[in-house]
Amino acid sequence: MSALRLEGVSKHFGAIHALSDVSLSVEPGEVIGLMGDNGAGKSTLVKVIAGNFAPSSGEIFISGSKAEFHRPLDAQRAGIEVVYQDLAICDNLSAAANVFLGRELTKQLGPLRILDYAQMRMKAGELFARLKSETRPRDLVRRMSGGQRQAVAIARALLSDAKIILMDEPTAAISVRQVAEVLNLIRYLSDHGIAVVLVSHRMPDVFQVADKIAVLRRGRLVAHKKSGDSSPEEITGLITGAIEFA
Amino acid sequence: MSTANSLADVIDQSEHRGLRSRLISHQTFWVFMAAILACLALSVLTDTFATERNLFNVSRNFAFVGIIALGMTAVIASGGIDLSVGSTVVLSSMTVAVLMSAGMPFWIGVPAALAVAILVGVVNGVLIAYAGMPSFVVTLGMLSVARSLAMVLSNNKMIYQFGPDHALLLALGGGSTMGLPNPLIALVVLAAITGFLFRWTRWGQHLFAMGGNENAAKLTGIPVRQLKVSVYVFSALTAGITGVLEVGWLGGVTTNLGQGMELSVIAAAVIGGANLAGGIGTAFGALVGALLIEVIRNSLILLGISTFWQGAFVGSFIVIAVAFDRFRSIRQSG
Ligand SMILES: Nc1ncnc2c1ncn2[C@@H]1O[C@H](COP(=O)(O)OP(=O)(O)OP(=O)(O)O)[C@@H](O)[C@H]1O
Ligand SMILES: [Mg+2]
Repeated sequence: MSALRLEGVSKHFGAIHALSDVSLSVEPGEVIGLMGDNGAGKSTLVKVIAGNFAPSSGEIFISGSKAEFHRPLDAQRAGIEVVYQDLAICDNLSAAANVFLGRELTKQLGPLRILDYAQMRMKAGELFARLKSETRPRDLVRRMSGGQRQAVAIARALLSDAKIILMDEPTAAISVRQVAEVLNLIRYLSDHGIAVVLVSHRMPDVFQVADKIAVLRRGRLVAHKKSGDSSPEEITGLITGAIEFA
Repeated sequence: MSTANSLADVIDQSEHRGLRSRLISHQTFWVFMAAILACLALSVLTDTFATERNLFNVSRNFAFVGIIALGMTAVIASGGIDLSVGSTVVLSSMTVAVLMSAGMPFWIGVPAALAVAILVGVVNGVLIAYAGMPSFVVTLGMLSVARSLAMVLSNNKMIYQFGPDHALLLALGGGSTMGLPNPLIALVVLAAITGFLFRWTRWGQHLFAMGGNENAAKLTGIPVRQLKVSVYVFSALTAGITGVLEVGWLGGVTTNLGQGMELSVIAAAVIGGANLAGGIGTAFGALVGALLIEVIRNSLILLGISTFWQGAFVGSFIVIAVAFDRFRSIRQSG
């Protein structure tokens, strides 16, 4: 059963058709590379799946059952986690605090419930170790590399036992070495049966980790095929419109 | 020397430097040192500073600015600003004064004053969080509205008779317990509570998250709107408490009470390390900032410098504190 299935999803912002009739499915453990030019609708698609926007029309199914998300929390409860393009991370807080943001662990102190820092640091440390990242739970995110920030964002997603992880340009602003780190994180997720939707402009990254590639052009899905059956040239053509459909 | 040895040395050194530079780069530490130095210098330079009477006065004034600076630090750390605190002080004072002078007991007058302050905070918070208006604009408007309401309430007359519980009200703000002025005790208790809230509760964690990256806070499901309202209520409540205490200390209320106080309070918070860009601030810093402000103000008086200079000092302090902050973030990113 597909982890995620979209049927005829459209999203309009007034006169702008950000998404038109997109149908797509992602299997558990599958990595799908979502590509397209600036403004093609990639982030919009991610946000519709994540419950930030309600689709104007169309339906979303999670593990076969129809989903209706009114807010991000609904999607989170359904096992969808997002690693946002503009990383939703607080620079002024520690890595552990970010991992647990909005779902902090607490303990009882007399009549009060207080934050359980020790527990949060330990759990965050375990997650970073699982991700083979050198991120230290106590460090402020402000002082971290792009790769480490990604690890923080992904650790957040792991914490909630997500079934589907949406990543919006995780490799856009980081160094080559860190890109390799993030791609390894994605492989880790996929090996553990998590479906990953990877939005990226970087062809090599997508071809390295994605099982399938989907291309959006002006809000329409113009390709959805195995990455082994395609080529960077074909995808480029699809993105620009030189190739109409594949 | 073997390589392993020298590597260990380097690590060792860098950790030492880390610890020392962390302390030195800590603004609160320097402000605290400055305040202590100023106190020492004043004790030596004047024979009036270290008198019991003067210290009593300094500590009470310090307490009033400090209590509100706690609330202001919460607001600033959440990414906003509250310009209405000085007017909330007078509105709260006037509420308790008018009610009690009309014969109401203490136990009605004080809760009513705090309730009015909370209402001010709710209005501020709702306009900022739900109507999406800038905190600067909303609280600037409230600065004018709240003071005007205090004038309407009192018909712009001074009130110095507080009915049957007159003595109780005066004792609350003007008296002392175990040799310490009551407002100072209130400050210490409120600072401890605020420090605890900031560090150990989800409310504090969420407040700092919102100030650091509001969008991220929203995406993680933190109810940022309710949180914002609570922050402005907290700030208004500290102003309300101060208002009640100040009536007792002054023994009377006029409508110019708390005028321009927002500036001292913002200066105290910012000097204490609260970052106007949001996400940073501590309760202890607010305390230390308020201490420095009050010591400087007192020193101007004791050294015979015209009080007309006070505004220049407080204003410059805000700018200097922010400039330091800019400097540090430039050095960090460079
Ligand atoms: N909240 C919004 N309100 C109005 N229009 C929007 C909104 N969000 C996106 N759009 C519009 O929808 C279209 C698709 O935008 P989207 O952000 O999904 O593109 P993208 O593929 O993610 O581009 P990029 O590669 O630049 O990130 C654009 O025309 C954009 O201007
Ligand atoms: Mg985008």
